[in-house]
Amino acid sequence: MFDVTAPVLGPQETSSISSTEADLSRKFLYYLLLQREVEERIERKLYRQGKILGGVYVGRGQEAICVGSGLAAEPGDVLFPCHRDLGLYFIRGVHPREVFAQYMGRVGGLTRGRDGNMHMGDLNRRIVAIISAMAASVPVAAGAAMALKYQGSRNIVFNYFGDGATSRGDWHEGVNLAAVQRAPVVFLCNNNQYAYSTPLEKQMACRDIADRAPGYGIPAEIVDGNDVFAVYEAAMRGAAHCREGLGPYLIECKTFRMTGHSAHDGGDYVPAHLWAEWGAKDPIVRLERRMIENGITSREEIEAVYARIRSEVDEAIAWAEASPLPDPSTLTQGVYEEPA
Amino acid sequence: MPQVTYLEAIRQGIREEMTRDPNVFLIGEDIGVYGGAFKVTQGMLDEFGEKRVVDTPISESAIVGAAIGASFMGLRPVAEMQFADFISCGFDQIVNFAAKCRYRWNAPAPIVVRAPSGGGIHGGPFHSQNPEAWFVHTPGLKVVEPATAYDAKGLIKSAIRDNDPVIFFEHKALYRRVKEEIPDGEYTIPIGRARIHREGRDLSVITYGAMVHVAAEAAEALAAEGVSMEIVDLRTLLPIDEETVLSSVRKTSKAIVLHEATLTGGVGGEISARITEKAFEHLDGPVVRIAAPDTPVPYSPPLEEAFLPNVARLVERARWLAAY
Repeated sequence: MFDVTAPVLGPQETSSISSTEADLSRKFLYYLLLQREVEERIERKLYRQGKILGGVYVGRGQEAICVGSGLAAEPGDVLFPCHRDLGLYFIRGVHPREVFAQYMGRVGGLTRGRDGNMHMGDLNRRIVAIISAMAASVPVAAGAAMALKYQGSRNIVFNYFGDGATSRGDWHEGVNLAAVQRAPVVFLCNNNQYAYSTPLEKQMACRDIADRAPGYGIPAEIVDGNDVFAVYEAAMRGAAHCREGLGPYLIECKTFRMTGHSAHDGGDYVPAHLWAEWGAKDPIVRLERRMIENGITSREEIEAVYARIRSEVDEAIAWAEASPLPDPSTLTQGVYEEPA
Repeated sequence: MPQVTYLEAIRQGIREEMTRDPNVFLIGEDIGVYGGAFKVTQGMLDEFGEKRVVDTPISESAIVGAAIGASFMGLRPVAEMQFADFISCGFDQIVNFAAKCRYRWNAPAPIVVRAPSGGGIHGGPFHSQNPEAWFVHTPGLKVVEPATAYDAKGLIKSAIRDNDPVIFFEHKALYRRVKEEIPDGEYTIPIGRARIHREGRDLSVITYGAMVHVAAEAAEALAAEGVSMEIVDLRTLLPIDEETVLSSVRKTSKAIVLHEATLTGGVGGEISARITEKAFEHLDGPVVRIAAPDTPVPYSPPLEEAFLPNVARLVERARWLAAY
């Protein structure tokens, strides 16, 4: 199952609570480690080497949110990631090669050099590309969910955003529309307590993001976003609510952004004690400990998985560097539909 | 054939497309029970039901965003902005998302955003604007503005079938004032093609929307004086049908670009620039722009009348240019 060249969730296989804890744990571990390793290389190697230009946004410390919920989603569910949810792409079968090529502006990336970093999507994999303006994806997710309902599908939408996004009007318009339409959207907030440099208390006067839900007549719950099982179980509850036709469901995942806003930002504005406090709650460390304690795996096995991921990532980077840069003569192609 | 208004023609076009394609649905404010602020969608709820005629909260950004999301799932949304003026509340979804999806990640967003625009109805600064230039400046969008009932029906049908996002400006002053016989049967008007509204020899007026009718009246007056004015109705503003514009100007050697929107940064500047770049040797005079002054659209009748380009102004400028 650790072969990254094949989607882990095939069309006939769906994640469900019937999966044994052992199977699920291994999947969690694999995607958590893969996201962590790919982002380490992007942020701390390739960016610093000048091989990646522009913005770099990573999910260090909060990977359990996209991994836990992404594995709760069925393959036909539509995902709207935010810029720290790289794990969702891997869960949907995007290869690390494509991710590195995307970051390097190569033809092999998901946007063929048209856009950079996490601004990527693929409708064939049911992943809608990030809209850079925070929360702009929320009305779009509501509309996708309305369409699924229109079509009588059992599939639903998972829409991801951070705490800062909930300050924007689009968030409120989108959640309200989804609520009124009883559209099947699980709204997942990664409350990592900072929007760029702005702490939560300057974003909102309520205590929790979940406090916003009653204003729209939808249920909400708060989970430990650094506990991948807790996120998975909450996402399954939210998904069940949506699939029953009961409308949207908000999950607030409490977490912390263990990095600056982007690679150029050292996060100097974060009080030192918060790094220490949240560093001790690292979701990967916690999962590994749980797996070892429950006899699911051993330290040696985990190291072997890590080693395999590292070598796969080495290969993916080499592949991406060999992928050609786009030909400037293609600049004006694809703005509109073109004759086949 | 019965006489059909511009408004009824739009309704017919939408209705035919909804009948033809079960993926077409309507979304907007007060479009269901109320039938829309201008009654364009009247009767649609009864005919097609709540599933396909979706009344929304007052949330223009959510209306456009939801339309985009639904289009990704294979539906064909037709979103209504109650007034084109309020499209600014959905601006980001249109220009930053819908317009860029195909280019960025190969995801077409086949939505139609209907925008009742234009002055002459005493609507004041928030219910009278012509914001088409904002969208003409946005690669990835198509921008359409019909002047006749015939074109309104044919273009709304093409817009709904188009695989790119289309902003469909429908001029409010034309809704019930313009009426003509249109065929009962199925027809469409291709997006991206202008048409010659009136043939002429001495000068060309390039225009669109309500100003086509101003130009037609001016052309009659000028004909009595022996000046023959050709009228080019652009119909689509993005992409511009440059060839029809240039061939008219090459024939008449003189051009006036006329629009109701304000002058600076308007579509007229773009048309004018293309004419001087590409038909300079054919010109026997400067390209003249006639547009509203650079002010908000005022409310009180004498102010609004002074604001809107009119027949007298066009006739005067056309005489000047014809004699140049």
